[in-house]
Amino acid sequence: MILIWLIAILMIGGILAWISQSWHKNAPRWIALIAAGVDFVLVAVIWLQNLSKVDLTGQSQWLFEVNYQWIPQWGISFFLAMDGLSLLMALLTTFLGLLSVVVSWTEIKERVGFFHFNLLWILAGIMGVFTALDLFLFYFFWEVMLVPMYFLIGIWGHENRIYAAYKFFIFTQASGLLMLLSILGLYVIHGQNTGNYTFNYFHLLGTDISLFTAAWLMLGFLIAFIVKLPAVPFHNWLPDAHTEAPTAGSVILAGLLLKTGAYGLLRFVIPLFPDISELFTPAAMMLGVLGILYGAKLAYAQIDLKRLVAYTSVSHMGFVILAVFSLNELALQGAVMQMICHGISTGALFILVGAMHERIHTRNIEDMGGMWETVPRMGGVGMLFAMASLGLPGLGNFVAEFLILVGAYQVSIFWTVLATVGLIAATVYSLRIVQRVFHGEKIKDWKIPDFNVREMVVMGSMIAVIVWLGLFPQSVLNTAKHTLNSLQQRKVIEQTAWQTDSQTLNQNTSENKTIIK
Amino acid sequence: MISIPMEFGLILAGTLFVLGLIGLMVRRNIIFVLMSIEIMINAAGAAFIFAGAKWGEPDGQIMFLFILAMSAAEVAVGLGLILQIYHKFQTLDGDTVSKMRG
Amino acid sequence: MLELLWLIPALPFAGFLILALFGSRLSRQSAAVIGVGSVGLSAILTLGIAIRFISSPPADHAFSQMLWQWISVDAFQPAITLYLDALSLVFIFVITFVGFFIHLYSSLFMYEEEGYSRFFAYMNLFVGSMLTLVLGNNLLLLYLGWEGVGLCSYLLIGFWYKDSENGYAARKAFVVTRVGDTAMAIGLFLLFTSFGTLDIQKLLQQAPQEWTINSTQAVLAAALLLGGAVGKSAQLPLQTWLPDAMAGPTPVSALIHAATMVTAGVYLIARTHVLFTLAPAVQTAVAVVGALTLLMAGFTALTQRDIKRVLAYSTISQIGYMFLGLGVGAWSAAVFHFMTHAFFKALLFLGAGVIIFVLHHEHDMFKMGGLRKKLPVTFWTFLIGSASLAALPLITAGFYSKDMILWYTFAGEQGNDWLWAAGLAGAFITSIYTFRMVFVTFYGEAQAEITHKPGMQLKVPLIVLAVFSLIAGFIELPHTLGHLTLFSHFMHSALPPTEVLHESVSLELLLQVIAAIAVLLGIYIAYHIFIRNRSIANNLTASGPGALLHRFWYSGWGFDKVYDTLFVNPLVWFAKINRNDFIDLIYTGIAGTSREFHRQLTRTQTGRLRWYATGIVIGAIITITVVVYL
Repeated sequence: MILIWLIAILMIGGILAWISQSWHKNAPRWIALIAAGVDFVLVAVIWLQNLSKVDLTGQSQWLFEVNYQWIPQWGISFFLAMDGLSLLMALLTTFLGLLSVVVSWTEIKERVGFFHFNLLWILAGIMGVFTALDLFLFYFFWEVMLVPMYFLIGIWGHENRIYAAYKFFIFTQASGLLMLLSILGLYVIHGQNTGNYTFNYFHLLGTDISLFTAAWLMLGFLIAFIVKLPAVPFHNWLPDAHTEAPTAGSVILAGLLLKTGAYGLLRFVIPLFPDISELFTPAAMMLGVLGILYGAKLAYAQIDLKRLVAYTSVSHMGFVILAVFSLNELALQGAVMQMICHGISTGALFILVGAMHERIHTRNIEDMGGMWETVPRMGGVGMLFAMASLGLPGLGNFVAEFLILVGAYQVSIFWTVLATVGLIAATVYSLRIVQRVFHGEKIKDWKIPDFNVREMVVMGSMIAVIVWLGLFPQSVLNTAKHTLNSLQQRKVIEQTAWQTDSQTLNQNTSENKTIIK
Repeated sequence: MISIPMEFGLILAGTLFVLGLIGLMVRRNIIFVLMSIEIMINAAGAAFIFAGAKWGEPDGQIMFLFILAMSAAEVAVGLGLILQIYHKFQTLDGDTVSKMRG
Repeated sequence: MLELLWLIPALPFAGFLILALFGSRLSRQSAAVIGVGSVGLSAILTLGIAIRFISSPPADHAFSQMLWQWISVDAFQPAITLYLDALSLVFIFVITFVGFFIHLYSSLFMYEEEGYSRFFAYMNLFVGSMLTLVLGNNLLLLYLGWEGVGLCSYLLIGFWYKDSENGYAARKAFVVTRVGDTAMAIGLFLLFTSFGTLDIQKLLQQAPQEWTINSTQAVLAAALLLGGAVGKSAQLPLQTWLPDAMAGPTPVSALIHAATMVTAGVYLIARTHVLFTLAPAVQTAVAVVGALTLLMAGFTALTQRDIKRVLAYSTISQIGYMFLGLGVGAWSAAVFHFMTHAFFKALLFLGAGVIIFVLHHEHDMFKMGGLRKKLPVTFWTFLIGSASLAALPLITAGFYSKDMILWYTFAGEQGNDWLWAAGLAGAFITSIYTFRMVFVTFYGEAQAEITHKPGMQLKVPLIVLAVFSLIAGFIELPHTLGHLTLFSHFMHSALPPTEVLHESVSLELLLQVIAAIAVLLGIYIAYHIFIRNRSIANNLTASGPGALLHRFWYSGWGFDKVYDTLFVNPLVWFAKINRNDFIDLIYTGIAGTSREFHRQLTRTQTGRLRWYATGIVIGAIITITVVVYL
């Protein structure tokens, strides 16, 4: 039930926020803050409670599940479940969601109610994506997060927002449709094989598909996910969307939407098509490395600060592709860490850029320089997150990237070495941010306020998290461990193992249902 | 009765239809266009009658009655439109009346 | 006592945290107290631990303290564990003590600067990271410290951030060392993949069992670690960042770019010496890199005008000696030279700092001159430091440590006459450029007025370090002079002794005499050119090949230019031409094509009835044809 509440709170909060606009101009903000806050607290409590529990082996990886019939004729059910991976992603979602409400406090001045409606509905969609285990439901949530995001960019964005919103929408929608085709294909094939037409994830897991068909079906999923991730050469929506979106939009895009792609790879592509995924590994690693290096190169070349940060996402998410297809525990744990740390560090950089834009009304780094003296807090925060972005040990991103590279090294030395070169490139572009914005000659006498208390609270919490992840990553690693282990075992053990797993879950589910009744 | 072979009749109908079609395509004056359409409808009607005569069935003539009624309605609407167009544009040239910019 | 080991790095980190969080609200005095005090406490603690460690050594002559499990994934189990043995003890001793005196010195030197607490925050962070580097029992923890000191080096070189030149130098330092670090990171992947651990002690135990000598894996691993060491220690071919790093405040140059951080490479190789023993080819490469670097940097130092750049190149050159020592398997000798070098080079930098301080940021030696009388304390301590750098026989620490390296280079099992000759030539050049610096700076006519006198906080570190620069050598005396082996004996619990091929006191004496003559000759030449007859130098560099050579050496053998042309410029160019991402063209192309289609199709929507009718007719004809004939 808790899973439904997590989504429902956000959705109801969104509607309330929209309605409440007419009561008081600050009402939507407070309602959104409360909704996101309550969700965050709920997820955090779940996480703390399960911190020790998920580590136990032999137990099912699933912590909660809810399964209701939705459209039984077509085998569609309202099936949500949460395991360690979902839990971590939900934690990230609510954390960044809460922060994005806070950072929008003064930035958004028009149509505040509708803004917060969209914001909360995106979060609800993302939460659904991270917990849905019915493929139809998954697709439904996939679309739910898309449309409000389109509005967010298109209405509250910067100068070129319409273009960016269209581009974002077309890229993700087109790739999402391919995924829908694949889902339907899988559904039909499974139905023909067994006579059981269902969208249930566990039933579809062991589907017997010829290699050729499986390759096509996987491609549909894969394209949807790597467009979202994004991998070069499908990354072009990202810089535009990130640059034009309002700060909260950029934070959610970089911090969460990209992660849905990575999550999809882990949750669907690898388990549903294990053989093909393995065949695809060399190509995927190449894609990953291409993303790392090309993204870094583009980031270095930018003069629009927000665009620069956007391209660093391309570079960092390249590591995730590399890791997911390396498919060993080290790399997979690294991928999960990277998803979280990138969400935090890039989110923080976007907030910083947003705050800068709010103050000096430009994002062009050629109009900045020498601002350290005037805004030392911003400078310090910027320095820290630039360091996180270049993978400085002691911060979370280092743990992530090191795990990924160690893991990938065991699969392909060549691609790993090239990916490691990406670390040098990351140094170059990250230092460029610090140099061009905060260091160097003062190009004019800045008269701007430093971070205020509200912003420092946001930044402080992000700094605390990233440092904590860098020094004590084990709590996160433990949470994800069970899921990732079973992912690997699936690769090794024959499909019988899958079925027993899904059967136990189904038993659990039916027990659950009786309890609910 | 002298029976005319159906082919002749159909050739007549076809010729009439093509003439109407050509008229429709080449004339700019809307009245002539309307007249061309009228010719085409009647060509189709003639084809029905010839066919009905050939098979000795009443269906062809029934269809012609339908066509007659429909074309009367069509002429009424068409002329009404033409009057309106002339009233508004002071011309009956179909091309000048076009407001679409392709 | 040993259980307090964790406090040694923790104290500077705590200092950093306090200064970083509340620095802007602290007064200068309290910032200085926290900054200097944290390192001072560390130093005292180190002293206590050192006494305890030497008086009653723990089992296996090593003590390790696990703080917490860092990461635990699969077989990858790095822990935050500190490891104290003879090698790390020497390093933490030097870091905390030299570090403390440099902090003390900075409290006055930087007093006028804005960002005073920021300075101490960075310095404390540096000391903490450096201590983590040398105490880490795990290559990953070492790497944490390794990158941490790199960050601090970056921050401190660019401390005066308003000048973009400094920012450039700082970035160059970070990026160039990162190139080496990347090689090292790959080395770590390789080691982990081979042994399933990054724990240094386990690696050193397993490596000889699993790898044969000169196996590909061993050579690769050693070469990759060497890559990291070369970057951090500014050896060929990654030495170009260090001279530019002199853009930072002088205490920074003394602490980071002379005494401690740049010797991290030496530490790394000494720490993982087993891997290098397994890869003799790479070990030879270490020696060759060291020999070439010491010569190259020596010649460059001869021509510099900026006093700090002379010292920078001499640092590169002296680290070259340490690499030479490591390369011939003289592990203890290299560490010994590291220690003495830390004392005298920090001293020289601090002395140079005093001069720069009293002359209002004047760096050009030829605009100083005649400072002997005006700054007596600085002069005498600087002279001691220079003598030690030039390895003046018998009385200076530098002599004993350098002599030890040269002796093993000649007589050691892996020694080589050519390497020894390079070392000797280096010693000769060292004495010339060192005394050139002394004579030009302190003798001759005064070129500039000094504005204020150096205070006690500047003088005390100079005097203390000068004392160390003299006496530190006496703990290790060669066979010819009493044969005292306190230091190397102590080190042998952590590092293997060096095998000597021809053990002969007379040979050793001969070599020492040759080296001594080279040094004295060098000093005399410097005296002759720079005191007696300045015109010689001018004539030499005025024209012809002399001028060409001078320009070549002055530019640091043109490395910067080569790198700029080969790497930097093409990459920047490539980044610039493709700023807008040509892949985007594909998508704008798709969008453009569909828009063009749309435009073409709208042209058929003329609104002309006759066109539509014609369209219908043509369509009908085509359809009928198709239906009838197909």
